[in-house]
Amino acid sequence: MTQYLIRRLLIAVPSLLGISVILFTVLALAPGDPFEELATNPAVPPEVRMQLRASLGLDDPIHVRYIAWLTAMLRGEWGFSFISRIDVDRLILQRLPTTLLVIGSSQVVALMIALPVGVLAATRPYSLFDKIANTLAFLGFSLPTFFTGLLFILFFSIYLDWLPFVYRSQIDATGWRWVWEHIRQAIMPVMVLGLFQGAAWTRFVRSAVLDVIRLDYVTTARAKGLEERVVINRHVVRNALIPVVTLVALQMPTVFGGAIVTEQIFRVPGIGSLLISAILANDTPVIMAVTFVFSCLVIFFNLLADILYGWLDPRISYS
Amino acid sequence: MTEDDLRQLIGRVKRGSLSRRGFIRRMAAVGITAPMATQLLAIAGAAPAAARSVPAYAPTRRGGGALKILYWQASTLLNPHFAVGTTNQDASRVFYEPLAGWAADGTLHPILAAEIPSIENKGLAEDGRSVTWKLKRGVKWHDGQDFTADDVVFNWEYARNPAVASTSAGSYRDINVTKIDDFTVKVEFAQPTPFWADAFVASVGMLIPKHLFKDFAGANSRDAPTNLRPVGTGPYRFADFRPGDVVRGEANPNYHLPNRPFFDTVEIKGGGDAVSAARAVLQTADYDYAWNLQVEDEILKRLEAAGRGRVNIIEGGAVEFIQLNATDPNREVDGERSHISTEHPAFRDPAVRRAMALLLDRKSIEEFIYGRTGPATGNFLNNPPRFRSPNTTMEFSVERANQVLDQAGWARGRDGIRAKDGVRLRFVYQTSVNAPRQRTQQIVQQAARRAGIEIELKSITASVFFSSDVANPDTFGKFYADMQMYTTTMPQADPQRFMNQYVSWEISQRANSWQGRNITRWRNAEYDAAFRAAEGELDPIKRAALFIRMNDLVVGSNHIIPVVQRPTVSGNLNTLRPVLSGWDLTMWLLSDWYREA
Repeated sequence: MTQYLIRRLLIAVPSLLGISVILFTVLALAPGDPFEELATNPAVPPEVRMQLRASLGLDDPIHVRYIAWLTAMLRGEWGFSFISRIDVDRLILQRLPTTLLVIGSSQVVALMIALPVGVLAATRPYSLFDKIANTLAFLGFSLPTFFTGLLFILFFSIYLDWLPFVYRSQIDATGWRWVWEHIRQAIMPVMVLGLFQGAAWTRFVRSAVLDVIRLDYVTTARAKGLEERVVINRHVVRNALIPVVTLVALQMPTVFGGAIVTEQIFRVPGIGSLLISAILANDTPVIMAVTFVFSCLVIFFNLLADILYGWLDPRISYS
Repeated sequence: MTEDDLRQLIGRVKRGSLSRRGFIRRMAAVGITAPMATQLLAIAGAAPAAARSVPAYAPTRRGGGALKILYWQASTLLNPHFAVGTTNQDASRVFYEPLAGWAADGTLHPILAAEIPSIENKGLAEDGRSVTWKLKRGVKWHDGQDFTADDVVFNWEYARNPAVASTSAGSYRDINVTKIDDFTVKVEFAQPTPFWADAFVASVGMLIPKHLFKDFAGANSRDAPTNLRPVGTGPYRFADFRPGDVVRGEANPNYHLPNRPFFDTVEIKGGGDAVSAARAVLQTADYDYAWNLQVEDEILKRLEAAGRGRVNIIEGGAVEFIQLNATDPNREVDGERSHISTEHPAFRDPAVRRAMALLLDRKSIEEFIYGRTGPATGNFLNNPPRFRSPNTTMEFSVERANQVLDQAGWARGRDGIRAKDGVRLRFVYQTSVNAPRQRTQQIVQQAARRAGIEIELKSITASVFFSSDVANPDTFGKFYADMQMYTTTMPQADPQRFMNQYVSWEISQRANSWQGRNITRWRNAEYDAAFRAAEGELDPIKRAALFIRMNDLVVGSNHIIPVVQRPTVSGNLNTLRPVLSGWDLTMWLLSDWYREA
């Protein structure tokens, strides 16, 4: 087991290096610079712009910039935002709580929908409930989040005027009102993301449970005269959830990465909106840091999923 | 009433503790007529001119609750000397203040200055070589320290230091600033300078405190903790800042103007898009004010119909215009296209340029694309009104264009495209990706087709088109196309910086890494001479005439075809009374914003 772990970690190093080289080259080759607005402003002389470029090291050759970035990263310095002129890690840490809250709760919502609906649909295949659940699930994951997001805003904010559509990270209230305001503004983004993810997972849970429910040991359990509830909960769901757990683990990096489109629509100050504004402003250090951290998380959670799988399913061994 | 009483009353008007109307009423009580009283004020220098340019401030007390402002771009830093665009400048302006700002009518309004320098008050030197600013007394930074001349001098040293890499350096490099006494500073210029109100004024003039920045006035400027936690003199104190998301301030209890600010807190939320920002104010009234609503006028009108808010359209100098390249973008000289030694094969003929101007249907563009947010214009220099030329026309006529081209010998070929001496009228027309621009391109393309001119449309992502990336061929500075279109902004109420876009020494080329301001590469000796003359002309009327002449020269050459003016468009709730100006930042007089009951 330890040997397996070490081997996997060693493989991760070159893949991370490769990812960083590709990211850096693509960003360096991409046209544009962070000073779009300075260019059309006659009050800013060109020398000032050139000096800014030089001071940020934009005029150095790519390999020099890459090595500078890599050595800084190895020392734990994530870089320095061109646009905000502060360290990238501070920017990311400021956004992490909101991202975890919104995206995290949307994943919880997704699970809370997918598990009961998926299991129930699988235990009664081709019943009316299964058909309705199937149809809704298809609908849910075929509608993109930017569409449902706008639909929600139009209906709940503009037509009904119930919920605010501008997310505020700080609310001027205390006690229960503060909690309530946070819930109120989080409902729409969380539901948009949760319903989308939940729809996809419902299909997955259903097929996983269907696979297990036909096995002989389930028939045995029933033949023993066990209650249907016990059969489903103790014997079927437990085993059917093994692949679901891995799927959820693989989904975890997204919780940290944020949801670009949804965050933009609801003005949620999460990591996704940080990434997109950094891309639009050509703020290379921020893009590098966010994408690199994201790829680290993907690799880490992949490893975690594999280990978890072995632990849940004794048939798999890593020796 | 004795002379002393009178002087005291006038003094109170100047300090703002007595309103001008109240003064006039008291005068009337002792038998002095209103016009006479007004004149008394004028002679005493309680400038009615400035009072006219800024609307009266009504509230008599503070405590107006929260002010919520929505920007669809988010501010990323709060040091005005590092601000890359107006979003950051606006956010900084909540906390920091300049000596003076530009009012909507293009006049100066004192903020941290005790008065606006003029020849009469000996603030301006007669030879135009210096300006002396008297500072307001009793102003305190948010941390309780006094604001003095040392702070002003420090800002000059800070901004001009190349190691700091400030974006405001251009306004501070070529001047000399000295302290006369604790509340007087003198700005000296190398040449007579008619446009003296640049340093310490408006967006580049916000003043940062010396005592907090003096240890960070070099290469370590980015480490200053105050970059993210501003300490200024402004109406609101710093409360909280999250880069790329939200800036919050709370009322400054020691603000240097009475009864101000009105609101207890101010919040500027950033991010999202312009349309939903307009909705959040005009339709759902979740926010009080939405900045820069670059939204189709039709949508704005529909949202306004909800009756909760209204749209403000503030005129400035920004203009959307088309450039016809004076050089040949398709020939390479020394590895450089659009080289200054070449001539554009078609646009060298004035008839072709004239035809292109005749083919621009400004009326349809205004009517169907921009609406109230883009009035058609035939001038490059539109504002302030004293600089607007009365000599230009806006004619749209496909027929006349055909006539002009026929007369000049451009005959239609078998494919319907005109040609002469092997040169075909086929142009590449580029602009940035932006829906109204693409629609304008189409209108031009269709009209040109009817005159036997084929136009190929090209649109480039804004962050590429407007970048200073030397390696990229698609930047507007390189202008490797026959025609291009964009908006140029005019950040000050004076046209000098604006009109240097056509002088021959500003030509954009490899030697200056395509950073030169003359992108059209048009050269004209008379224009150059007029510009040089205006740079040193101290008589305001002669100077205005020179700028009008420059506008007529460049527009008359038809190398520049103005399309529409671009006023700033914003939205606010019906109850909010913002003070806006097209010549300064949105927040330029945030101290005077209030809400009506």
